[in-house]
Amino acid sequence: MSEAQNLDNKNQLDTATEAGISRLTPEKIKKVVDCVIKRETGVRFETYMQTCIHCGLCSEACHFYLSHDNDPHYSPAGKIKQTIWELIKRKGNVDRDFIRRAVRIAHTECNLCKRCALYCPFGIDIAYMMLVMRRILHKLAVTPLYIQDTAHSHSVTMNQMWVKGDEWVDTVQWQEEEAQDEIYNLRIPLEKHGSEIMYSVIAPEPKFQAQLIYQAAIIMNTAGIDWTMPAGVGWDNSDMAMYTGDNEIMGRVKRAHFEAASRLKVKKIVMGECGHAYRSVADMGNRWLGWSMPPVPVVHAIEFYYDLLKSGKIKIAKKYEKPVTLHDPCNVVRGAGLHEKARYVANQLCDKVVEMIPNREHNYCCGAGGGVINCGPAFKLSRTEGNSVKAEQLFNAKSRGAMTLIAPCHNCHSGLHDIVHHYEVGLELKFFSDIIYECMEKPEDK
Amino acid sequence: MNVIYQFVAGPLAWAAFILFLSGIFLRMIQLFVKVNQPEKFLLHYFSLRYGLRSIIRWLTPFATTNWRKHPVFTVVTFIFHGCLLITPVFLSGHVVLIDEAWSLSWWTLPDGLADLMTLIVIGSCVFFGIRRIVRPEVRFVTDASDFILLVIVAAPFITGFLAYNQWFGATWMTIAHMLSGQILLAAIPFTRLNHIILFFFSRAYMGSEFGKVRHARDW
Repeated sequence: MSEAQNLDNKNQLDTATEAGISRLTPEKIKKVVDCVIKRETGVRFETYMQTCIHCGLCSEACHFYLSHDNDPHYSPAGKIKQTIWELIKRKGNVDRDFIRRAVRIAHTECNLCKRCALYCPFGIDIAYMMLVMRRILHKLAVTPLYIQDTAHSHSVTMNQMWVKGDEWVDTVQWQEEEAQDEIYNLRIPLEKHGSEIMYSVIAPEPKFQAQLIYQAAIIMNTAGIDWTMPAGVGWDNSDMAMYTGDNEIMGRVKRAHFEAASRLKVKKIVMGECGHAYRSVADMGNRWLGWSMPPVPVVHAIEFYYDLLKSGKIKIAKKYEKPVTLHDPCNVVRGAGLHEKARYVANQLCDKVVEMIPNREHNYCCGAGGGVINCGPAFKLSRTEGNSVKAEQLFNAKSRGAMTLIAPCHNCHSGLHDIVHHYEVGLELKFFSDIIYECMEKPEDK
Repeated sequence: MNVIYQFVAGPLAWAAFILFLSGIFLRMIQLFVKVNQPEKFLLHYFSLRYGLRSIIRWLTPFATTNWRKHPVFTVVTFIFHGCLLITPVFLSGHVVLIDEAWSLSWWTLPDGLADLMTLIVIGSCVFFGIRRIVRPEVRFVTDASDFILLVIVAAPFITGFLAYNQWFGATWMTIAHMLSGQILLAAIPFTRLNHIILFFFSRAYMGSEFGKVRHARDW
């Protein structure tokens, strides 16, 4: 325990979260814990609490554990012991230091990547337990500042990045104009009712990666897809409220997304290369809204590109020459089983694909997902240092020839960017769409 | 001593079996009632096919990545659980008692083998205990209850082995054996030993989620 307290002293949280913690009273903590455990958990939570036999076999699943020289404080069960177990054992009678430590563990030392679910003999969903902890922290108003700000943005603007209504339409039309230099009759159809596909993106795309909308437009137009994007709310499929435990806002954001699709009378939603958004639209958000599966079919970019390449709607003029290695994002591989389709796409696009080891469902997490990167710069160093095992994995792929790293997920992209720079791995990062755009046959080539 | 023997072999044995069976029964009822309350959706995702796929996979030694990562632990844990479940049921001494009481009998283990299997259970408990102390990642998540559970599991086998081999006072040892066995039975539904039952549910749920919803492997 003294060890844990030392860590507490060393690790202050951001000032806003500290302010939140300073407002806590033992009564409030107990009330919130009782409320969440009693009203919001059930047989699943109880079964996980009663079944765990404390075998420690989940440890090696976690990149934080492996990256901290097997320090048991970072093992999945170790993190649950320091948070949920203790909370239940003490019946919610914990102090501010405990909550401070819980914030750090639940928000910055677990990516909710569910790799440990593959290692627990009982199939205990540790990420779910951590989400219960985050839900409690949310209700105590001690969610880290940056990700809380993102949740506020969702609440106010229905998108993640405070993008205003006119800015969104402006950005899309700007990219349309830009892309018309390349394909003169290119359109990014806004609000086109009855289209086959509604294409949705995450707010960072219009905010600072507008070229991805440009590339998507080129791909859609070349493939002759009947598509549209919403001009109003619902264009953003991202969802950080899901990770802060703010389920109510998660529900509102997802409802807006599905309602946009329904307003536009599309047959399906195709989403860009983002993992957490897929989790939100096709796993957590839909469930919160009472849909066991999404009310409108949701197709992730990997699957969409797979279909385009398989059906010949997109043809590759010249394959990407540099050897690539492929990162399997947790939310679309452990979350949606798209690993083989991702490999098909990679092999169609590139001359050589070097496998990371481990790969597919067993790939190491990027360290950024689960809202960890969204907790902001205060935790950047602990995030990159907490994932040295990923750097080793990348160095290994590099030693076998890889020069480019494909990460078909925004969070993974940003997290791997930090790891590649911090450890000087020297791999070039790409989305699939970057390579498709670079290598595909475009109309004027035809 | 006879009175104590009669009491332990009679009413107490009945009490232990009733606690064991009714405890498990009540746990199951509780499980099904609760799953129908706030988390009814869990049933919706349940899949017999993928649930069984996951259970069979994890009940097969070395069939999962994590079993392969820990070969010694895997061998010990599978042999331990096998011996733990098989030995008491097919022990000739136990079958004889049931035969005498209800004229029911079935195949029994050769005594030498039963002895060996008993020693394996005891040895495995020692192994698990040492592992809890030696391995930092296990020590960190271990508390006193884990050692108590190991003692509860090992005790009937230790006392049974001593009683059968007539070491120390055989009658006292037999009483101790019956008592410790009864404690073990009664403890199963009310401690984390109930993983014997809950394993199938948590495993099947995770298997269903991965197979039916996530289209990925959970091993």
